[in-house]
Amino acid sequence: MTDVRAAIEAIWRIESPTVIAGVARLVGDVGLGEDFAQDALVAALEQWPRDGMPVNPGAWLMTTAKRRAIDHVRRSETQQRKYAEVATELEEHDDMPDPEDVRDDLLRLVFIACHPVLSPPARAALTLRLLGSLTTDEIARAFLVPEPTVAQRIVRAKRTLTEARAPFELPGPVERASRLGSVLEVIYLIFNEGYAATAGEHWTRPELCEDALRLGRVLAELMPRESEVHGLIALMELQASRLRARVRPGGEPVLLLDQDRAHWDRLLIGRGLRSLARAGALGPLGSYGLQAAIAACHARARTAEETDWVLITAIYDVLARVVPSPVVELNRAVAVSMSLGPAAGLEIVDALRDDPALKDYHLLPSVRGDLLTKLGRTEEARQEFARAAAMTRNERERALLEARAAALE
Amino acid sequence: MPRFVALVKASAESEEGVLPSTENLEEMTRYNEELVKAGVMLAGEGLQPSSDGVRIAYGGPSGRTVTDGPFAETKELVAGFWIIQARDLAEAVEWLKRAPFQDGEVEIRQVFEDEDFGEALTPELREAEQRLREQAAKNR
Repeated sequence: MTDVRAAIEAIWRIESPTVIAGVARLVGDVGLGEDFAQDALVAALEQWPRDGMPVNPGAWLMTTAKRRAIDHVRRSETQQRKYAEVATELEEHDDMPDPEDVRDDLLRLVFIACHPVLSPPARAALTLRLLGSLTTDEIARAFLVPEPTVAQRIVRAKRTLTEARAPFELPGPVERASRLGSVLEVIYLIFNEGYAATAGEHWTRPELCEDALRLGRVLAELMPRESEVHGLIALMELQASRLRARVRPGGEPVLLLDQDRAHWDRLLIGRGLRSLARAGALGPLGSYGLQAAIAACHARARTAEETDWVLITAIYDVLARVVPSPVVELNRAVAVSMSLGPAAGLEIVDALRDDPALKDYHLLPSVRGDLLTKLGRTEEARQEFARAAAMTRNERERALLEARAAALE
Repeated sequence: MPRFVALVKASAESEEGVLPSTENLEEMTRYNEELVKAGVMLAGEGLQPSSDGVRIAYGGPSGRTVTDGPFAETKELVAGFWIIQARDLAEAVEWLKRAPFQDGEVEIRQVFEDEDFGEALTPELREAEQRLREQAAKNR
């Protein structure tokens, strides 16, 4: 009996985004869409153990959910016209839904879950719930917040969408770019929660990276002609390839250049490079694509010494034009120091010293200290490391920086 | 999320190098597309018949013995594989149930991750392994 239940739940995880999307488009509301889809799951849990598994479980769930939707719409007197539309739709598309329609509905679901009227944490929770098929509990554990917090977040998110009358529609050409940007931002936010996290239960965090990767891969098939979608996947695959090498068994982070490359996942590297090629074939690389191109330079180097810093520097030059920011500039300075020498890198860093955006950014004095060390200006370097140590809130990093300062005394 | 390897067992046809029909190829293409669209597919390949392959036996007086195919026990041979990423074995099973096969067999095995080694790979052992790798890298 437990086998059947496990099978039904597995089928639910596979099919639920499509079912939710199909019903949501029918009734014009994602909250209702999810409710009716859940009704279908309940029915499946009751009937399938008794009657056997249907030949096409996805279609069974979709038809059952849509029938629930019709019942609801019929009972609502103000929705009589809607009832006629919905009933017709069900008759016409009962057997073989058009794959294009299914794809469009899923895309609509993606865009609504990532709607800019919602806060980023709300978008992330809703996306993981509706498209990632995660339970509230799984989302809570992933983000290290209490389950009731996540449950509330999702409830409020759906209410906000209804109150804002956010249409369950694909964005028009004018807002498409910014709406897509919002989607990519959510997926990358989820990825970074898993990638940069060294706190919490050690091995549950890579799971978040994998959830984000799956969402990204689904999106790449829904929007195959968008360069930045492939760029984002390339970036995530290449970063994820380093997950095992990033953290020592004791939990200490390992810098990229110090990582054991035998522990880099070559399957993910191969996939990331292919995604990057797809992104490049679709037009000039955007912000994610360029970051992926930099990650690809590291992935292609068999050892740290073989890194093509000249190419990395060139890509940073482009990235700095596409997304000018002090943080990008700081990273560019590091690349320049590796390709043209520490003095050239220091010039760029010195120009950033008065940037108010970086005044609390401990990596600025940290990078400066590193470059000064290489130039033999040890007393100045020691001061920078001490400053950086005082600025960071991460205990492990503070210890690392204090050690570097002490080594220069 | 664990990874699973699905091993497609060989058949008399696959061993003879009989190519699938156009219809079968189309069905397989569609199935692979479904795996990709769901973000589940990591890799998938078909393997050439064992008549073009070899086996290496380890041990014995010579240390290594290489034998040319073909090999008997067709049902134990592998004709192809997928590597997929799924939440659990139940999900992997549901996906492979959808493969367009009329007969034959697929075996699904979960891929070991570091944390699966449990007692065998304590933090101390992992630390030691890490140090060894770093040493080996320096010696290369």
